[in-house]
Amino acid sequence: MSGLFPVKITLFIPCFIDQYYPGAGIGMVRVLEKLGHTVEYPESQTCCGQPAFNSGYWDEARSVAETMLDAFRDAEVVVGVSGSCGAMLKVFYPELFHGRPREAEAKALAAKTHEFSSFLVNVLGVGDLGASFPAKATFHDGCHGLRELGIKREPRDLLKHVRGLELVEMKEAETCCGFGGTFAVKFPEISTAMGEVKCASILETGADLVISNDSSCLMQIQGLFDRQGQNIKSMHLAEVLAHF
Amino acid sequence: MSTESAQFHRDADRLTHDLRHRAWIQKALGGYYIKRDEQKAKYTDWQQARASAAAAKYEAVNHLDKYLSELSDKLAARGTKVFWAADGAEAADYIASVARDAGVKRIIKSKTMTGEEIHLPQALEKAGFEVVESDLGEFIVQLRGEPPYHIVFPSMHLTRGQIDDTFQKKLGSAHAETPEELTMIARGLMRQKYCEADMGISGANFAVAETGHISVTENEGNARLSTSLPDVLVSIVGIEKVVPKLDDLAVLLPMLATAGAAQNMTCYNTLLGGPRQPGETDGPREFHVVLLDNRRTALLADPEQRDALHCIRCGACLNVCPIFKNIGGHSYGTTYQGPIGSVITPHLRGLQSWKHLSFASSLCGACGEACPVKIDLHHHLLQNRRNAIAENPVWWEMPIFAGFAWFMRRPGLYRFAAPLLRLAGPLLHAIRGKDIDPMSLWTRTRDLPPAPPQSFKEYWRGRNAKR
Repeated sequence: MSGLFPVKITLFIPCFIDQYYPGAGIGMVRVLEKLGHTVEYPESQTCCGQPAFNSGYWDEARSVAETMLDAFRDAEVVVGVSGSCGAMLKVFYPELFHGRPREAEAKALAAKTHEFSSFLVNVLGVGDLGASFPAKATFHDGCHGLRELGIKREPRDLLKHVRGLELVEMKEAETCCGFGGTFAVKFPEISTAMGEVKCASILETGADLVISNDSSCLMQIQGLFDRQGQNIKSMHLAEVLAHF
Repeated sequence: MSTESAQFHRDADRLTHDLRHRAWIQKALGGYYIKRDEQKAKYTDWQQARASAAAAKYEAVNHLDKYLSELSDKLAARGTKVFWAADGAEAADYIASVARDAGVKRIIKSKTMTGEEIHLPQALEKAGFEVVESDLGEFIVQLRGEPPYHIVFPSMHLTRGQIDDTFQKKLGSAHAETPEELTMIARGLMRQKYCEADMGISGANFAVAETGHISVTENEGNARLSTSLPDVLVSIVGIEKVVPKLDDLAVLLPMLATAGAAQNMTCYNTLLGGPRQPGETDGPREFHVVLLDNRRTALLADPEQRDALHCIRCGACLNVCPIFKNIGGHSYGTTYQGPIGSVITPHLRGLQSWKHLSFASSLCGACGEACPVKIDLHHHLLQNRRNAIAENPVWWEMPIFAGFAWFMRRPGLYRFAAPLLRLAGPLLHAIRGKDIDPMSLWTRTRDLPPAPPQSFKEYWRGRNAKR
């Protein structure tokens, strides 16, 4: 597969991107179509099941995950816009279905699923998407993308080609923002303290924009900045790259 | 909610609001990161070193029967008495009986987390012995009546002023300004104690099966004095501390120093081989090694999490953990704090009482990445969560997740109902952050994103309709 040959790409748009951050999904569609690929979107997809999985309710998570196995059964390549939900499909589905009837399907889905920035850089081999976005920005590494999927260089490779964008690294970019799914409401005090540390690192850079490949982290960071009255904006990587 | 869980919530919530404490820990660990990375850079290949260290521990932990009996035989061959303790009470009783039989009055101890785990100092004090801690950090927290704050840095939460205060109150010492002055106060007292003690107690960083050696690592020389001056020596050793070969220390000792204390090697590395041999002029006359299980075999029986027995107690996972950095070591209420404590405490002390620690994680994975022996820490937290729920589901969560699964399995219903839930958001604006706000646990400290006018699904349908 390379950037030169059109690929039929099946979009994985997790539930909270669908409902709260459709711009990230739309950005991904625009970028992939600009590169000449065909995108399709099975409307039967809902949630990857991660909230139940992380809360210890694996039977419930598995039943939701089966909906996703069905939705992506015929897909050739699945590209997801969230590092965290992508890690759920790629890393945790094989574990969730280990020793179960649909284990082979789960492994097959894991193998054909890619996170957006990793797909662009490592599969399609693209760097410059012709985007232009004048801003001083810093990049936050979502933990699941970073440590479960090993994505670190890819988003930066893409962002360095964005015209007008000045990318500054924050101190401890790899430190968790404190979101952690249900953790954010089960332990709100700890989650908030972690978020405050992250926000302070971002402020220190002097950037007015935070970019991430995970909207869930941005919900935490933006939610804190808004409450603090800080005029810092956040955007998903796909939205920035779709500015051409 | 278990009492342990209630204590954790209370202390963690309090500490997250203590900005001075948070800044202090961040600052202390900031220096560690810089030095640790300098040391790591000296390795030809840190990842390869991790793999070697993990392989040595894997071999030992998966053949404990073989290596423990080899260790025991080699120790006994040079006159060391080996005692197998099933739990903390057996270990403490044995050590007290050794002390009584030898007419011991004063005991000097060098830092041992295994000793802390079984509350050994308290048990010996209760049995009538004087027990003095010789590790400076541990000595300070002992004076304050506190448990260690961190596996490796027991008093890292204290400022110089607080230590001065403690010394003035508990030792009657004069006001001291500098770390050197404070150290000299402790040293003056400690030198006397080494000379008076008739029993020394140490822990073990490793126990070498091949040669029958107990390996002790430290920076102050206190363990070397505690283990060589008194007539009777006891080392308390968790059974997972055994390693097959002396050569294994060639990778494990520097990695322990680098990961744990950002050093290339710790200042003193001692191998204890046995009691004074005929013709030798010094060393303890009696040497007892207590091999402690204390539910480690329960962890061994779990093939999914057995690698948690690889732990060399370096504390690297604590140092990188954003939870630890914000709630501090004491909030955990455990002997072993941070990610490793959250993983193993449920195995050692009961899953239902300690499961909350496995839930108190954002699963960021910084711990597993930092671990020098490659323990899959944050995935074990997920497994603990699964095991805890399978055994005892939370009554109010069951209908929530059953309902969640029922809803998410119905794409048609999702398509119809999800936008209604999303657009109901702004209606809650008036009660934002109040107790009646169903999202109050989020909205007390954070805003919610505004609900977009259309979902991705709606965008997609609209786009297809145009085509």
